[in-house]
Amino acid sequence: MSGEATEGGTGPSAPSSGAGGAFGPTPSQTAGPYLAIGLAPLAAHELVEPGSPGAVTISGRLLDGEGRGVPDGAVEIWQADPDGRFPPESAPGWTGLGRCLTDEDGGYRFLTLKPGRLTGPGGEAQAPHLEVLVLARGLLRQVRTRMYFPDEAEANDRDPLLSAIPDPGRRATLVAAGEGGELHFDIRLQGPEETVFFAP
Amino acid sequence: MTTRVEELEEVEGASLDPPYDYPAYRSTALRAPKRPFLVLPAGLEARSAPVFGEERLGQLDADLTRQHPGAPLGERIVVAGRLLDGEGRPIAGKLVEVWQANAAGRYAHSVDDHPAPLDPNFTGYGRCLTGPGGEYRFLTVKPGSYPWANHPNAWRPAHIHFSVFGRSFPERLVTQMYFPGDPLFPYDPIFNSVGDPSARARMVSHFDLELTEPGFALGYRYDIVVGGRRPTPVDR
Ligand SMILES: [Fe+2]
Repeated sequence: MSGEATEGGTGPSAPSSGAGGAFGPTPSQTAGPYLAIGLAPLAAHELVEPGSPGAVTISGRLLDGEGRGVPDGAVEIWQADPDGRFPPESAPGWTGLGRCLTDEDGGYRFLTLKPGRLTGPGGEAQAPHLEVLVLARGLLRQVRTRMYFPDEAEANDRDPLLSAIPDPGRRATLVAAGEGGELHFDIRLQGPEETVFFAP
Repeated sequence: MTTRVEELEEVEGASLDPPYDYPAYRSTALRAPKRPFLVLPAGLEARSAPVFGEERLGQLDADLTRQHPGAPLGERIVVAGRLLDGEGRPIAGKLVEVWQANAAGRYAHSVDDHPAPLDPNFTGYGRCLTGPGGEYRFLTVKPGSYPWANHPNAWRPAHIHFSVFGRSFPERLVTQMYFPGDPLFPYDPIFNSVGDPSARARMVSHFDLELTEPGFALGYRYDIVVGGRRPTPVDR
């Protein structure tokens, strides 16, 4: 296969690994400016019904390097239920997935429940958190980060990821602001307060 | 177990994916992160991924030509392939979503001001779940090329946007599928943001006579490989 790495260069008998590149990961490409056509139909910003006991609103803005809202983006969250379980082991009806297209100001909003603690393979407890994934025009690949909860200071201090970030300013980009049922979490793609992102 | 969280500067060639910062694609200028990325130890990575049931999907969701009273204009095509993991094993039961311009190169989106006609019989959105062998299949029309404002006389090669979920949340992939032999490939910064020619070629579908339906639609095959982006991390 390695000699056939030209576009459209494979014959009908070649393995179907795309158009002729040797087998390997399909590269990422930007979601582009029209991502809402593809992502809005299954958007779900409410993981629980409004008024559910313990419901938490998480809202914020996706911001570019000049602090302007990114209007053509999407934020997805993936999280455990309050008992720390993911589908299919989680509570009935729990999807664990949120998807919100950003509005004209870059704003997004989720209504969800605070996830339980997770246990790593080494037995260490992870503080409650959401996996966060961002897609947008101008992002050739998705970016990934996490959102932690501001009322979990003790658990956050012991969290294996948060505690491994030495710079308190950098670390603070992963913790939401606010309290109780109204939390705020901005995602800054660039700038002095750029959010900590994870390698893909 | 001591957790070690390393930082990773964006390194050219560290991955087959495009870099975030790619000046030829102007929109990256204010949106590409500039700080080092954290490498999550394997034990901290999400090991699960969303599950979508059949009940949320309609029967015609994978047929983009039958979502309106009439048939859309354009060349009917079948686009099919498999969702595979980094070892080539099929991934069953996962969501595949697609979106695209119509045959004239116009998106059904308020932001698209390209003066090409909208098609009242075409939305350009489809979805399906992969089958037991990881297979998916869409019936649609071939999208047109369209101009964009990135640089003078800039045109995108014809493409279909794909969004897929893998076995774990980090394996999520959003990409674009291209058509073989497109004359716009050399001029498109998004396509060429993938530096490795072999990896670039994996974004190009290939014509498949077996997939082609006699007298009805040409067939294009396109496999999607998620995962395998970095060596399996070792627990220390
Ligand atoms: Fe596009």
